[in-house]
Amino acid sequence: MLPELGQFALILALLLAGMQAFFGIAGPLLGRDRWIAAVTPAVAGQSVMVALAVGCLIASFVSNDFSVSYVAGNSNSALPLFYRVAALWGAHEGSLLLWILLLAAWTVAVAIGSARLPPRFAARVLGVLGVVSFGFLLFTLATSNPFARLDPPMPDGRDLNPILQDPALAIHPPILYTGYVGFAVAFAFACAAMLEGRLDATWARWTRPWTTAAWAFLTCGIALGSFWAYYELGWGGFWFWDPVENASFMPWLVGTALVHSLAVTEKRGLFKSWTLLLAILTFSLSMLGTFLVRSGVLVSVHSFAADPARGIFILAFLVIMIGGALTLYAWRAPLLKSSAGFELGARESFLLFNNVLLITAATTVFAGTMAPLISDALKLGTVSVGPPYFNPTFLLSMLPLAALLSVGIHSNWKRGRLKDSQRMLLITLLAAAVLACALVYGIYQHGLVLTPVGALLGIWIILSSFVEPLSRWRRGLRVPRGMLGMTIAHSGLGVLVIALTTVQSFTLEHDVALAPGATTTVGSYLFRFDGVQAIEGPNYDGIGATVTVTRGGAPVAVFKPQKRQYWVQHQLTSETAIRMDHGNNIFVALGEDLGAGRWSLRVQIRPLVSFIWLAALIMAIGGAVAASDRRYRNSKVTEAAVPGAAAGSAA
Amino acid sequence: MNRFAVPMAVFAALVVVLAIGIRHSPQKGIIISPLIGKPAPLFSLPSLNDPAHAVASGDLKGRWYLLNVWGTWCVGCRAEHQMLLEARDAHALPLIGLDWKDDDARARQWLAQFGNPYEAIALDHSGRTAVDFGVYGAPETFLINAQGIVVYKYVGPLTRDVWTQEILPRLPGHAGGSS
Repeated sequence: MLPELGQFALILALLLAGMQAFFGIAGPLLGRDRWIAAVTPAVAGQSVMVALAVGCLIASFVSNDFSVSYVAGNSNSALPLFYRVAALWGAHEGSLLLWILLLAAWTVAVAIGSARLPPRFAARVLGVLGVVSFGFLLFTLATSNPFARLDPPMPDGRDLNPILQDPALAIHPPILYTGYVGFAVAFAFACAAMLEGRLDATWARWTRPWTTAAWAFLTCGIALGSFWAYYELGWGGFWFWDPVENASFMPWLVGTALVHSLAVTEKRGLFKSWTLLLAILTFSLSMLGTFLVRSGVLVSVHSFAADPARGIFILAFLVIMIGGALTLYAWRAPLLKSSAGFELGARESFLLFNNVLLITAATTVFAGTMAPLISDALKLGTVSVGPPYFNPTFLLSMLPLAALLSVGIHSNWKRGRLKDSQRMLLITLLAAAVLACALVYGIYQHGLVLTPVGALLGIWIILSSFVEPLSRWRRGLRVPRGMLGMTIAHSGLGVLVIALTTVQSFTLEHDVALAPGATTTVGSYLFRFDGVQAIEGPNYDGIGATVTVTRGGAPVAVFKPQKRQYWVQHQLTSETAIRMDHGNNIFVALGEDLGAGRWSLRVQIRPLVSFIWLAALIMAIGGAVAASDRRYRNSKVTEAAVPGAAAGSAA
Repeated sequence: MNRFAVPMAVFAALVVVLAIGIRHSPQKGIIISPLIGKPAPLFSLPSLNDPAHAVASGDLKGRWYLLNVWGTWCVGCRAEHQMLLEARDAHALPLIGLDWKDDDARARQWLAQFGNPYEAIALDHSGRTAVDFGVYGAPETFLINAQGIVVYKYVGPLTRDVWTQEILPRLPGHAGGSS
């Protein structure tokens, strides 16, 4: 009964989303106030129905209803309760439902937050969000119904994909999708502005907190995904340039550009049409990510169910949504004139470079991700470009970005008088150089050519980002949350640059074959293999090894890497053992049984690798702080003209 | 054309590439197997019918065969059983069963009750061979050619459509369905 109720709720949600889209777009267009008034009730109804549908599917999972095909395919009666709920997004149908649920949540948040926006504009924003909801609901109902029944029902389910049975991965999709879906809000604001034919600083101020919040979620989501890949896949890397990873990274890069471009549009009324284009692009890339992952166009380690019929639907949807928005853009963007100018060396020029470099980086990632597809379409044979392509090309645009960031932070809006801050620039640069040398040559001894450069840039970014808030604080001025958030996020980036530099330069990797009792030395650590024993979990069994690690005779830790075989899907997964010691991340994965008690072990020591995820977390916190700035919440509806060059204001 | 239309033009070109990409993407319903076009994993397992001999991949070389992964504990295998019997009667190619993590006595009882579609049945008690084949869940069916290359893989109960439209047309010298 519950699955049917859920399906019915989903159909009602589709109809209500259609109403939301129609009234929200046609109402303001034809000037019908009663239509505009109907938009918010439609949003409320749609979100309640979506929540009901999700509730029904979760109930089917919790009660082990294996007559529901999706439940039978992704759960099992031996599966712990936590994973039975997380199994909701274990495969395609439920992931889509999660998308829709999160979109409904964002829409409700926008509806509540837009109470102080002009009603016509708010209706347009909600209308555009309604179009997106409608498309995804139709997609779900037409091609991927999560409530389909099985006849006869299965006595037990096929279990959740074992690689998803992990706490980090269980919470990874909701956070990542919250970020993806959140960019729909920026997209809706952009479309609404184009429909209005008007875009001013107030618009940018409305849009910024939503965009920054979505960006913070996406940052967290990507970091969690990378963290999971590091310790669950057991390949010993934190980033593989896999199509699915790139699919989440491209919207992040363009979204980062959007966050910065919005700052210029708000503060100076510049980059208007560019900001609109970025808002469209960011959400387009989010949807393209969905398309690439779900359509089977690109094969990746992450895509577990692909279906071209779905691909065609998503492609048609992309054409309508993105094609429509870009047509609107070609028609309306020429109307948006920016009157103000700026000098080279002004903060605007640095943010322009920031945008150019971020878009360049996104383009290189895009080209690398699409290369296999394009060469296949042109019948050039299947090529695949891996880290040898991505690493250098990405570095090429990121190095100047990191260098310009520290200079740009010291610049002023409008005027290119960098002389004023020359002293601070030199002081921070000098201090960064000293600290970088201490880190590279003092602690780690040797390195690559780029090692001191990377360490210097990372430290310089951190020092520079604290200059402005500290000087305000010393002068007894309030540090607004926007500026505080920016400082936190930028220092997070600095930490990331340092961590990436040390990990790339000082990682030790050894694959060894050891008999019980044998030892191997990696770096300053001694690893002793103590043999293997059988283990048994709630829905798997397997083999666990014991490896004792010492450093200079002092015990560090006992590592217990495992290989698990899940009973139902008979899939082998590798559980690596990871410990921190003196800032070093020690990683032990159990390899193959080589016979006679000998096993192959993969031992890696990565200095500061945890700081990569910590850095992402710091950046996300910065985004959250900035998005919560009171300025965004208190802004009354004013026909504010572009505020003049506010002295030394936050970006 | 104004410069604001450039993004639209770029997007149009991208749509064309993606559309071609979809047309080229592998058939519907397949969970893409990395084994397709590659040699089937080697195996040599005890036989259910003939304990004295092994069922080995090496002995099967030289002819096309269908490797069907099944077990008496698997509901989907019961569902496809009738289709397997029809496939046997079509005499298009031999069926080799891979009895996956099963009880021998129950397997014999199952075949006695429902009929035996297989020319030989390999007993995979440990599940090792199924792992080598990347089996996701029974039933799964692999079409393997005379050179021992995996040509096609189907996940789920075999249907008449799959048999006539996917398997038979792939066989050498077969001009279409005959079931």
